Amino acid sequence: MTWSEMQPLLHDACLDTLFMVWWSAVYSVIGGVPLGILLVLTDRGALLQNVVVNRVIGTIVNLGRSLPFIILIVWLIPLSRAIVGTSIGPSAAVVALVIGAVPFFARLVETAVREVDKGLVEAAQSMGGGTWTVVFKVLLPQALPSLIAGLTTTVIALIGYSAMAGAVGGGGLGNLAITYGYMRHETGLMNITIVLLIVIVTVVQFAGDLAVRRLARRGGAQAAAVGLRRLWAPSVKPAAPAPTPEPATNEAVALTETR
Amino acid sequence: MPVPGGTATAHSTVTESPVITTTGLTKVYRSRGREVTALDGVDLHVREGEVYGVVGQSGAGKSTLIRCVNLLERPSSGTVTVNGQDLTALAGRGPRANAGLRKARSHIGMVFQHFNLLSSRTVQANVELPLEILGLSGKERSRKALELLDLVGLADKAKAYPGQLSGGQKQRVGIARALAGDPKVLLSDESTSALDPETTRSILQLLRDLNQQLGLTVLLITHEMDVVKTICDSAALMKGGRVVESGTVSELLATPGSELAAELFPVGGEPSGPDRTVVDVTFHGDAATQPVISQLSRTYNIDISILGAAMDTVAGKQVGRMRIELPGRFEENVVPIGFLREQGLQVEVAPHGETASATVPSPAPADALLKEGAK
Repeated sequence: MTWSEMQPLLHDACLDTLFMVWWSAVYSVIGGVPLGILLVLTDRGALLQNVVVNRVIGTIVNLGRSLPFIILIVWLIPLSRAIVGTSIGPSAAVVALVIGAVPFFARLVETAVREVDKGLVEAAQSMGGGTWTVVFKVLLPQALPSLIAGLTTTVIALIGYSAMAGAVGGGGLGNLAITYGYMRHETGLMNITIVLLIVIVTVVQFAGDLAVRRLARRGGAQAAAVGLRRLWAPSVKPAAPAPTPEPATNEAVALTETR
Repeated sequence: MPVPGGTATAHSTVTESPVITTTGLTKVYRSRGREVTALDGVDLHVREGEVYGVVGQSGAGKSTLIRCVNLLERPSSGTVTVNGQDLTALAGRGPRANAGLRKARSHIGMVFQHFNLLSSRTVQANVELPLEILGLSGKERSRKALELLDLVGLADKAKAYPGQLSGGQKQRVGIARALAGDPKVLLSDESTSALDPETTRSILQLLRDLNQQLGLTVLLITHEMDVVKTICDSAALMKGGRVVESGTVSELLATPGSELAAELFPVGGEPSGPDRTVVDVTFHGDAATQPVISQLSRTYNIDISILGAAMDTVAGKQVGRMRIELPGRFEENVVPIGFLREQGLQVEVAPHGETASATVPSPAPADALLKEGAK
């Protein structure tokens, strides 16, 4: 297979992959953020404590996460057909990708939001803020670096899932690698798709890290200091004066990156 | 610090009208079938314009108490009235804060031990947050926030992020934010406990200045006696969820066997031998400036040794306690002790051989004091 033969195939497959990842990421945010926040808010002792809602959402999220994606995508063929009118192609794959990624991202959102200092919520309440204020002025802005880190992880998982979607006719680089690389033994094409996938993943990770670092830089020192203080002396109430001579961004980034 | 009136003046803003009242406040936590009583029938009366300190060990319930005042914590029973508004009735039964309660809260400022500033917002935006909740326009918010930052001496830090500030500066931002809703009442939850002594002093000074200039009533909880000594007009001592002593600082000092007074002015010292009388003398008001001890010595021609003493300025007035030793048994010293009482001093005679326990009052006088303080 010559380059001139491969080039249009790769071009189309790349666009298909990007299409699937982009739209499934967009819908994952739209679905995952509210679910993640609801998981935190309806928890015991939280603002909107509601055991039933919490259990129901928790169960749905666990269900979505426990199914292997390859099974989920096959199982969801009727749903894809109902929503986008077809069960093959990138658009159909997006349906399955979203169903697979929303629970995953919802858990990451939950973890990120749960990490926001309860004292900040209390401060907002003491000013007369309601649930709306707490969510939009405290929880989301404060969790933003963690949310972006979580989104990066989700997008990278979606790139992997999208390749799997290729196996059932979803199109994209995964499809190319399987139909040409595996079934027709086109090793060269297979290698090129792998390199392309690595490049895409690297670019996404780099962009995500950059965004997290930018956000952490402005207030990172305080967050890191509070976190470390808790780590060292969890039971001591009169804590030592927090020495924060300069924003220690490295620490903060290190903390967010380990996630 | 650009705040004028830097020293605590004798001028008092305290009036008799109560601004925070709690009656029979009780909070019981239930978890896994066990019940923990954090507050056990607390009656608190904070008068308008005073700085009221609640002290106690950790676990005494002070934190629960202050959080019950703006209903961040819902009391199990009892009522809370702030600015003449019965918050417990206003809040109703539901666990969520309704519009009425939220409005009342927006006029009660609160300052926290760990500052609780949003690290994602600049200093100015942090101060603007309560104004956003109140629904002010962008221009008004910015004007008011800068005004408040100027008041706490941080006008030049408006564009900085909290992560770039020192602990004391963060607390100043916290105070500016608490003042945004033009509160009459400021609640301070261990606001100086995370600060070093010098910063603590400057923050207390700021609170005192705000109290004087704005007539702001301050309810603060602390485990540091120095805080009470420095700025409080009144104080209450909490133990095991109850207020065991309360009253103005001078009332407390004038109360025999007051534990708070002894904690505020600890005097120690053992008698140098048998056949001595140990007397604890409390000075306050005019008597504090009189040379009573030397008068006593000259009038009765007796040698007096000082075993321990503590003098300080409380709320702009000089007060102090001193433990002195007179030669001879108590019976021989009735007249000199009478002389001291005549001078308007508070005199307590330590029981012979039990001086060490003399500073720890029995429960009986403390209960008597509670009644007195509650008036």
